[in-house]
Amino acid sequence: MSLDPETVRTIAALARLRVAVDQLEPLGKELSAIIGFVEQLQGVDTADVAPMTSVIDLLLPERNDEVTDGNCRDGVLANAPERIDCFYAVPKVVE
Amino acid sequence: MTLAEASQQLQARALSAVELTRAHLDAMASRRSLNAFITETPELALERAAEADARRAQGAALGPLDGIPIAIKDLFCTEGVLTTAASHILDGFRPPYESTVTAKLKAQGAVMLGKTNLDEFAMGSSNITSYYGPVKNPWGPVDGKDLVPGGSSGGSAAAVAAGLCLAATGTDTGGSIRQPASFCGIVGIKPTYGRCSRWGIVAFASSLDQAGAMARTVRDAAMLLQGMVGHDPRDSTSAPVPVPDFTAALGQDIRGLKIGIPREYRIEGMAAEIDALWRQGCAWLEDAGATTVEISLPHTRHALPTYYIIAPAEASSNLARYDGVRFGLRVPGASLDEMYQNTRGEGFGAEVRRRILIGTYVLSAGYYDAYYLKAQKVRTLIANDFRDAFRSVDVILTPTAPSDAFAIGERLDDPIMMYLNDVFTVPTSLAGLPGISVPGGLSKRGLPLGLQVIGRPFDEEAVLRIAAVIERCAGFSGQPRG
Repeated sequence: MSLDPETVRTIAALARLRVAVDQLEPLGKELSAIIGFVEQLQGVDTADVAPMTSVIDLLLPERNDEVTDGNCRDGVLANAPERIDCFYAVPKVVE
Repeated sequence: MTLAEASQQLQARALSAVELTRAHLDAMASRRSLNAFITETPELALERAAEADARRAQGAALGPLDGIPIAIKDLFCTEGVLTTAASHILDGFRPPYESTVTAKLKAQGAVMLGKTNLDEFAMGSSNITSYYGPVKNPWGPVDGKDLVPGGSSGGSAAAVAAGLCLAATGTDTGGSIRQPASFCGIVGIKPTYGRCSRWGIVAFASSLDQAGAMARTVRDAAMLLQGMVGHDPRDSTSAPVPVPDFTAALGQDIRGLKIGIPREYRIEGMAAEIDALWRQGCAWLEDAGATTVEISLPHTRHALPTYYIIAPAEASSNLARYDGVRFGLRVPGASLDEMYQNTRGEGFGAEVRRRILIGTYVLSAGYYDAYYLKAQKVRTLIANDFRDAFRSVDVILTPTAPSDAFAIGERLDDPIMMYLNDVFTVPTSLAGLPGISVPGGLSKRGLPLGLQVIGRPFDEEAVLRIAAVIERCAGFSGQPRG
């Protein structure tokens, strides 16, 4: 399996990662080597094997649906790269 | 001085926490060239040390960790203190909250000296992917070349080995505590998945990430670990199981215990000195009355490819949160989408980018079943191998890493060569089991080599008990130069 520049461009777009045009090909080669490495799993017999969902034998705990936290707006916003009043500011989304 | 000795001296009032802290801050200042810390917190440390002394003066000391100076891997969120994950994308991030593990340590009086360097987002085995530059192994240089401390908890390992702190926290996803412990000649324990809360630890691969302790002796590692573990309702994967007294396991008789030696770990081309150390480890344990048994973990060779599907898949999902909107770096763009792309394109380093792309690929439509689901099935087989083996043995002994520390700049061309560092540690992580690396001896080049002990789920006690015997037999007193 080899990842051509077009595939790399598609994955990078899905991952919202800017990749320079001249990097698409070398990156594709690097990624292809890794995909080639993990491809060996195709040879493992996994018929009737359940995919792992939890590595330890524990039931997912349940709790009451109660508010236990909150009222920390300023803390939440404190690290915003850009804010207006008590909102995160981003480039215009709707014209 | 060990953590245990320092704790006793504090209790005996032979030493104050402020004196102890100041000595460590001085050591840190004199070894800045190691680049072990991303952020030093001397004022905070002295303040907490003074509080510890005040408590002790009033007879209200909090326990064995009260006043003990430690370092924190910069992957744990610390309230008001810069937390970077060694990534450009978290520029300036000061969490408004404290991770559960560091909050516990703080509540027990431990004194944070600073935040240690690591591979970016804990992705690496050499500490060279840090945005803040590589860490130097205090055992180097060799032949004029600086050595890596291993990774990803490389800053913690270097700080502990160089005596810049009494112990340090680490995190381990595929070997990130154990491999650097081996490279730096210290003890590193990754407990069972679920022992430590992951709340407030910057996430890499959530089904694998686990915090643990790094220190110069097994006892010290057990003492720090004791302060880190326990159920946390804020992490649904943290285990509501009783926590034993880990130090009580040390020094206990190991006669009659069965030690598994997995034949699949005798990999082709393994360095003779690694094999020799492994045999030596078996001999020590047999002399102490244990029995070694050859076992088979047949799916071992599939562990690395499984890991390099699952870990990047989880990482690509976890790292979606870094978008330039809520915290960290923002690189402007004409549209929201462009802003995302620019921020992430500039904020992530090469290795993180590679893993995000691999993860996105294996999770994308048409490939999910072939890669991700397949890997989760093979992961079941790997975990079953261990479960079967533990029907007949109590612990498993292996080397920690296939080599001693390599030079900074080596093994960069081929990511897969780099991944092979974790060949002995990744299977344990995939199975969620506790593992420790304990120094066993020195390589021909005079560098430390570790042995790994793997235990049953939640049986850290057996792991520590065996490690303590290896530590005693090895008589490892190696000190890095400098």
